[in-house]
Amino acid sequence: MSGYFILAILTLAFVVTFQIAKASEYVSVLKGEEKAFRQNNRINAFLFIVFLVLGLIGAWWCNELFYQKTLLAQPAASDHGEKIDFMLWITFAVTGLVFFITQILLFWFAYKYQYSEKREVFFFPHNNKLELIWTVVPAIFLTVLVGFGLFYWFKITGDAPKDAQVVEITGKQFNWMMRYPGKDNVLGRKNYRLTDASNGNALGVDWEDEASHDDIEATEMHLVVDKPVQLVINAQDVIHDVGLVHFRLKMDAVPGIPTTLWFTPKYTTAQMKEITGNKDFVYEISCDQMCGSGHYSMRGVIVVETQAEYDAWMASKKPQYAVVKEAAQPESKP
Amino acid sequence: MSSEAIKHGHAVAEVHSHDAHDSHGHDHHHEESFLTKYIFSTDHKMIGKQFLITGIIWAIIGGLFSVLFRLQLGYPEMSFPFLEDLFGKWAAGGRISNDFYYALVTMHGTILVFFVLTAGLSGTFANILIPLQVGARDMASGFLNMLSYWFFFLASVVMFASLFIQTGPASGGWTIYPPLSALGQASEGSKLGMDFWLISMALFIVSSLLGGLNYISTILNLRTKGMSMTRLPLTIWAIFFTAVLGVLSFPVLLSGAVLLLFDRNLGTSFYLSDIVVKGEILPNEGGSAILFQHLFWFLGHPEVYIILLPAMGMVSEILSVNSRKPIFGYLAMVGSLFAICILAFLVWAHHMFVTGLNPFLGAFFVLLTLLIAIPSAIKVFNWLTTIWRGNIRFTPAMLFAIGFVSLFISGGLTGIFLGNSTLDIHLHDTYFVVAHFHIVMGVASFFGMFAGVYHWFPKMYGRYLNNTMAYIHFWVTMAGSYLIFWPMHYSGLAGMPRRYTDWSNWQSFNQFADMNRFISTVAMVVFAVQLLFVFNFFYSIFKGRKVKSQNPWGANTLEWTTPINPGHGNWPGDIPEVHRWAYDYGKDGREFIPQTEPVGEHESKH
Repeated sequence: MSGYFILAILTLAFVVTFQIAKASEYVSVLKGEEKAFRQNNRINAFLFIVFLVLGLIGAWWCNELFYQKTLLAQPAASDHGEKIDFMLWITFAVTGLVFFITQILLFWFAYKYQYSEKREVFFFPHNNKLELIWTVVPAIFLTVLVGFGLFYWFKITGDAPKDAQVVEITGKQFNWMMRYPGKDNVLGRKNYRLTDASNGNALGVDWEDEASHDDIEATEMHLVVDKPVQLVINAQDVIHDVGLVHFRLKMDAVPGIPTTLWFTPKYTTAQMKEITGNKDFVYEISCDQMCGSGHYSMRGVIVVETQAEYDAWMASKKPQYAVVKEAAQPESKP
Repeated sequence: MSSEAIKHGHAVAEVHSHDAHDSHGHDHHHEESFLTKYIFSTDHKMIGKQFLITGIIWAIIGGLFSVLFRLQLGYPEMSFPFLEDLFGKWAAGGRISNDFYYALVTMHGTILVFFVLTAGLSGTFANILIPLQVGARDMASGFLNMLSYWFFFLASVVMFASLFIQTGPASGGWTIYPPLSALGQASEGSKLGMDFWLISMALFIVSSLLGGLNYISTILNLRTKGMSMTRLPLTIWAIFFTAVLGVLSFPVLLSGAVLLLFDRNLGTSFYLSDIVVKGEILPNEGGSAILFQHLFWFLGHPEVYIILLPAMGMVSEILSVNSRKPIFGYLAMVGSLFAICILAFLVWAHHMFVTGLNPFLGAFFVLLTLLIAIPSAIKVFNWLTTIWRGNIRFTPAMLFAIGFVSLFISGGLTGIFLGNSTLDIHLHDTYFVVAHFHIVMGVASFFGMFAGVYHWFPKMYGRYLNNTMAYIHFWVTMAGSYLIFWPMHYSGLAGMPRRYTDWSNWQSFNQFADMNRFISTVAMVVFAVQLLFVFNFFYSIFKGRKVKSQNPWGANTLEWTTPINPGHGNWPGDIPEVHRWAYDYGKDGREFIPQTEPVGEHESKH
């Protein structure tokens, strides 16, 4: 019912607008087009200044409303994230300056140089010095941005430290699976043709490889604070993406092409609860690459904790090989 | 509109009337049937209108889709029974299903990027403006030009048909990355809908190639006497580079699409390897899912310039005409178009920084991507200098041209964030990206297109659009664009991923419900105002005020030397000769000097 009501109002608004528009055309003919043109021109020129002023106020207000809700308001939870945040602020400074200067000039010029019968336009087809200035100055700014950007880029994408903890994360529609290498710190070999979720081998691990016998599988990722971690990222069906917003990192999970990502978590989950003032805070893994109808629900959780807590959690876990063997036992000797 | 008509029109009409009358005898007139005039026309002006009107229809569909999915994003709690009435199982219980949501998003992107902003924008204005502004009777091949439209029409039919099949249209995002798009098991939209999508795009690419080759050969070969390349209006330069980009990059997308069709239907493994989907182990090994992304973005990135360059060209022209002042730095403008055109081919992998791309390779793409900021900056500063100390008439076209510059600055600057791989790690595939490309490529190009329509409508139909509706259209769209996309940057800075139908289960992203409701509401208002424009457009074709003077805007370019309603062949007599560049506005105390006027003895040099 309210739908029809809204539709009726819209139609009415349409008709009214049209009638006014039509009438104003007749009025401008009657009044003399020259006069109507000047009047419209003044109104539009004035509106540009109004737009500029309201726009600047709006930008400030929008910032008031939303700044606290963004990640800018909280520290990055990884060392790499801190570099990215710093880079973000440099870029804000440079682009912000250009933004305000050019937008203000644009709207101010539009207002200032609105049509006037008296104005002589300035015939100014080119000026090499000006062109040179606004080629060279942006080039200098960009060199700075590229320089900083690549410096951090190579730090972030560089090799992980030797002592980094290795965790494998595999995406499939629509959840994440983790695997830890166990005591030998080596992940067992995989072959996707061995994948058999109903028999405890959802990841397609090759049990022939003895390195796999102490591997531990989990649905939640546990990490030790201040200890570097290297993620080995896989996907089983389509492309997914390991999105780690609080660490400011992300890496695609591509079927057939393992990728890696490393970082050092700086705060435990408990510390982040305090920092953000949100008692329900959790580190979330979001899928950031369109992966099908459940894409929006492909959520994983990371728990960052102290070494002691981590060890206790690890101790509660049984290697997947043992789990599979136990399940197979009753069948083999009836 | 046209107080301008009164102010400048008669003067021009007098200047040129003798040219036009000289050779009335040669005017070869042939009777045309409805079929040859309106349907299978080889007249570039009619083909341009066909592209425009088809584009408008697609824009309404694509825009409507965005309104539908914005309903879901803005009002996730509410149910809208009318949706179920309209869409049945796709909106059971009045809520948009996940599959439907992704189909809407995918089709919104595909339709607006390809069918509206590529075919509808450059198809329209390349066709209408090239022969008129270079001084040619028609395109180099009228027949190929006609085929170009009809291949586009066929592509449209196939894409439109895909909306009605049982499993729905393609729904893997407009970038259709495999394996998602290759495996019917992985998604409803990857079943028959995906084949339709690929076939439609193949037809679309044929259309774009036929058009592009024609545009290039016409610009290079059919310029009138005196129209050297450096006297071309910037619109033509922009369209020329657009066509070059299209001709060189669309075939790569075609190859990508054909390989994907093979993977889908013939059991090949170009993009597939090591896949277990829904428990089923696929035999494919050795392919690379990333290969598709390279092929896709090799077109995909030039594509954004294919969309943007014609808008830049038209904006340059319109800013100059309505500031009554020459475009500042003509050669720098051409040079920067050229630079953008070259760089457009060398930056595609900046869409792939987080795919596991070799970081060393990524570094080059960072450098080349940020280099684009330099020609872009040149263009912005030149536009600013063009309106500086001008005498500005705020015609609707001029309003949209100024709006374009504002949006291009805003959206261009956020590109500097995303092109820098370090920041892209954080911002990739968040709403920051959505805001960035909608402003710089979507809305800005739409503004260029609107500017073009308002400016050349009198040439197309011999009538004016209604001014009051045009002003409403501009101001609401301008304010609405910023209100919709400015706040989105903030959700992007919160890391909110795109292509999520619902954020309520996330601790990290559920804080923007109010913002989303606000954005959705504004989006609906802006959409309604676009319908007002569409109404204005069709109403004015038949009932708009008639154009009474040959040159209503007092412009220098050749299209305004044709009769008000030019026939096929454009000029009734000989094609006029060109003696100067297109931007002698405000020179030697004269308001404007058409290109056809010989350079006077005492004229100042510049």
